[in-house]
Amino acid sequence: MFSNFDFDVIIRSLPYLFYDGMTFTLTLTALATIGGIIFGTLLALMRLSGLAPLSLPAAGYVNLMRSVPLVLMIFWFYFLVPFIGQWITGASRPIQVGAFMSSLVTFTLFEAAYFSEIMRAGIQSVARGQVGAAQALGMTYVQTMSYIVLPQAFRNMMPVLLTQTIILFQDTSLVYVLSITDFLGAASKIAQRDGRLVEMYLFAAVVYFIISFAASLLVRRLQSRIAIIR
Amino acid sequence: MNYNWNWGIFFQTSPDGVHTYLETLLLGTGWTLATALAAWCLALTFGSLVGVARTTPYPWLARFGQAYVELFRNIPLLVQMFLWYFVLPEVLPVHVGDWLKQLPDASFYTAVVALGFYTSARVAEQVRAGILSLARGQQMAALALGLTQPQSYLYVLLPMAYRIILPPLTSEFLNCIKNSSVALTIGLMELTARARAMQEMSFQVFEAFTAATVIYIVINIAVTYGMRWIERYAAVPGLLGAPPPVATH
Repeated sequence: MFSNFDFDVIIRSLPYLFYDGMTFTLTLTALATIGGIIFGTLLALMRLSGLAPLSLPAAGYVNLMRSVPLVLMIFWFYFLVPFIGQWITGASRPIQVGAFMSSLVTFTLFEAAYFSEIMRAGIQSVARGQVGAAQALGMTYVQTMSYIVLPQAFRNMMPVLLTQTIILFQDTSLVYVLSITDFLGAASKIAQRDGRLVEMYLFAAVVYFIISFAASLLVRRLQSRIAIIR
Repeated sequence: MNYNWNWGIFFQTSPDGVHTYLETLLLGTGWTLATALAAWCLALTFGSLVGVARTTPYPWLARFGQAYVELFRNIPLLVQMFLWYFVLPEVLPVHVGDWLKQLPDASFYTAVVALGFYTSARVAEQVRAGILSLARGQQMAALALGLTQPQSYLYVLLPMAYRIILPPLTSEFLNCIKNSSVALTIGLMELTARARAMQEMSFQVFEAFTAATVIYIVINIAVTYGMRWIERYAAVPGLLGAPPPVATH
């Protein structure tokens, strides 16, 4: 099987794979995670607010995003983002945004729905008495949330949030459908240029496996370390 | 917004000359459902076997099960599709590889296998969790009654475990339907691919994607309601909701 396996093509393309490809993948993962958690937390707060004009749109948004495949959403936003940009800036024609901006918006908005479900569970895991105590101390809603509830919710949900980030990292490979040079896109371009599909796709699989597996082991260690002893 | 809406586009004939655009989308829906259902059968079979393997007292079986789950969970589905579609025929003996490549509907079979194995790792985790959630006494009682170990799984543990894990299995099945869209990268003309093709041929971007979105939502709602009915029917009496009452003396 390995008789005509060309290790050299992998070594020759390492700079391109990691400098061009993996940088894109990791930057997209990091920024989409931060954006997704911020927007997702807002969605979760809206949903738990008990005010129908806030909770219904948030619930509708989350359910919509969760019932549609990511690939379809990538296509949606690829065509929609230029029009949204036009609407925001008031330009006369749709604004050309780069592939990176388009996929960043897609992943932030899409993953926010999943992060919001995690944060909702996290907020609900905080004991009711905590909110009561905060209010008894005279804290406002914003103070209660930012000093009492959210810090505990984040801590409780940290392993789940990180696991979702690993899923997000794997999901970024789907920007392939827009012919973007992420890690898989770079591997795929070399594979097709040099006719070395076997080598490049196996190498890509190994790299994805190592990163995801190592990250999930770290999450497991973190989980046992930060667990609150009750 | 200088976008020309044209909802009548669905009833115009698509470039294949036979079907209207609406019909091509419905054909795509058929492929989506066929792929997801076939992959789900595969996922349930292998997921159950691996999930059971992880709970057996044999260390080598449990380790194999764990390795299986880690392997299929830590590689993106898209990469797995490429491995099955592009790499597998090359590393097999030449005549087998050529036969695979010339198979009619090769992308359908590949998508089913890739999606099936990918989902099976997730199903395995659920099955394992379901079996572990049962009281230890259940298996002990089964063995004490003279059932063999396979029989204890088949007649005692699994029937209970499936009823307990039905809700998470429902969401795995919904994921399976959504993930079938990844197969468009290997040329399967499922729903998302048809919407993409319609957009390329007719330039009616938003109509095409709106229709696909609506179809996915309808499938989602139908599956959710159908499964909720089955869940109610299969719920274990006295288990859901409050924990079972503790016996006191």
